[in-house]
Amino acid sequence: MVLELRQISKKVGQDTHLYPTSLRLEPGKFNILLGATNSGKTSLIKILSGLEKPTTGEVWMDGENVTGVTPQKRNIALVHQFFVNYPHLNVFENIASPLRVAGVAKSEISDRVKEAADILQLGPMLYRQPGELSGGQQQRCALARAIVKESKAIFLDEPLANLDYKLREELRDQLPELFAGRGAIVVYATSEPSEALLLGGNTALVHAGKITQFGETTAVYRNPVDAISAEVFSDPPINVTNVTKTGNWIRLNDAVKWKATGSSADLADGPYTIGIRPHFIKPEKDKKGLVEILGKVEITELSGSESVAHFQVSGNTWVSLDSGVHPYQIGEEHLFYMDPTACFYFDADGKLAATGGTDG
Amino acid sequence: MKTINQKGWFFVAPVVILVAFNALIPLMTVVNYSVQETFGNNLFLWQGLDWFQNLLRSDRFYGALGRQALFTSTILLIEIPLGVAIALAMPRKGIWVPVCLVLMSLPLLIPWNVVGAMWNIFTLPDIGLAGYFLNSVLGINYDMTQDPFAAWTTIIIMDVWHWTSLVVLLSYAGIISIPDPYYQAAKIDGASGWAVFWFIQLPKMKRVLTIAVLLRFMDSFNIYTEPFVLTGGGPGNATTLLSIDLVKTALGQFDLGPAAAMSLIYFAVTLLVSWIFYSYMTKDEE
Repeated sequence: MVLELRQISKKVGQDTHLYPTSLRLEPGKFNILLGATNSGKTSLIKILSGLEKPTTGEVWMDGENVTGVTPQKRNIALVHQFFVNYPHLNVFENIASPLRVAGVAKSEISDRVKEAADILQLGPMLYRQPGELSGGQQQRCALARAIVKESKAIFLDEPLANLDYKLREELRDQLPELFAGRGAIVVYATSEPSEALLLGGNTALVHAGKITQFGETTAVYRNPVDAISAEVFSDPPINVTNVTKTGNWIRLNDAVKWKATGSSADLADGPYTIGIRPHFIKPEKDKKGLVEILGKVEITELSGSESVAHFQVSGNTWVSLDSGVHPYQIGEEHLFYMDPTACFYFDADGKLAATGGTDG
Repeated sequence: MKTINQKGWFFVAPVVILVAFNALIPLMTVVNYSVQETFGNNLFLWQGLDWFQNLLRSDRFYGALGRQALFTSTILLIEIPLGVAIALAMPRKGIWVPVCLVLMSLPLLIPWNVVGAMWNIFTLPDIGLAGYFLNSVLGINYDMTQDPFAAWTTIIIMDVWHWTSLVVLLSYAGIISIPDPYYQAAKIDGASGWAVFWFIQLPKMKRVLTIAVLLRFMDSFNIYTEPFVLTGGGPGNATTLLSIDLVKTALGQFDLGPAAAMSLIYFAVTLLVSWIFYSYMTKDEE
């Protein structure tokens, strides 16, 4: 069982929603589509699921071209950001609806619905109307409808986006085991990098109608192929700025320069863009070889376990992330310490040219 | 000791005054008339509940009430399904949406007496376009001034023409507010067009349809101007609906007492039916 997009693209009128893109998904792991709102995640899901036809290209499922095949015949399930349930059917009937349409025998329906409801802790609510459920329960009901029919592919389009923080965490923890061992291809769209890392599996980065990178989630995080991929997969946002390489030295501005490390030592002289994640810029010197950067603190976010500071360096805003609580004064000039070995070096086209030595 | 601030009354006063002048005082005048015999020269005679008793024993009242019930149920049975069907057939995006909406609103903008006059002239057998066509071209014997059946047909068609748009617009608002994911879910389940209507669109339209039925019930149950201008209640008493009968009693015969009693019963029936219907439709939405 393989689900494959072959050079698909999608245009609606004059707007291009997706540029020619290929993707090959296999069962057994979560496949995460990570990208900002309007980046094309939902368009990809609509084409993967068959709700929409691609303008060009083909969709292959199980070695068969299913490009024009309706979603019903593809045997898939979709869970939306909105809690979509049939409004005047109770929870039992909602979960049973795909089985009824498929013509499954009555006794079997009852068993399968109860099993799915138990997994999603909906047992006591089987005979309530969706309107009487909380948001989390409504979404559980939608999830139960997705797993009850034993689909070949299950699509989850930001299913937790409309839930409050606590419910989101709770349901997110249950998701991987919910789909484990079902042999279905699971596709999960999200706009939150942390969610991708938490769920693991494979991640495709989606940006402006293109998939910029696809691979094992941690590998994609550690080794971005270009500046855009690094930006899409970083929270808080990765620091991006221009530097110049001359000889062995990399220069940020008149005051800040450092010796090239790792593969960046082999780069030709010239201008580059660097990307460095916030947690490699700290307010205190905790090891050798760090580069001092003087910045003016503008915004701070202290969460208890983490301290984030936004500071100005020669016209650019940088972000630093440190563990614990660090006292900052807004407006103060503060020395930050950057680890140059954690820098990504991108060339003029935005492609990864070198790294400072360690993975990001 | 507890201090009591009487200034709070000033804040409630505007509403009290408004409701008093708007509803309470006019209603009480009617109650006042309904228990007395009114003569000229400001002479009144106490009657108690006589008028109510007479009315509830009179065939004339039940005749008018029956015709009213028949009229209202007929137009509801036509306008609600027809309105929903038209709303479903209307485009949901594109340049035709405003065109359809404007076309639909047009009948609603025409004053009631103009509608009555329009349909009167339109259906007159000798000079009206429809009347002449039916009689002289198709050879169907149609005369709403003589034939009760023709009069009823005309009144109902007129009301359907005038008010179906309201149902269409309300249903349309209900339909376009259904989020796309519902249709996608139905598509993935492989639901038929009929199932989409029955399991998604109709339940999602329940609230607006409740309002539509209520509005059409109240308006049609109280209808006066259009049938009055069109048929004047005739031929005979064939189209004398409740409000027409009421005006005949009050102004034609100057029987203020019976007319007031009739108004109150009329009002109570409208209120009761609306309340029962609304409570039934919203009983699961606590």
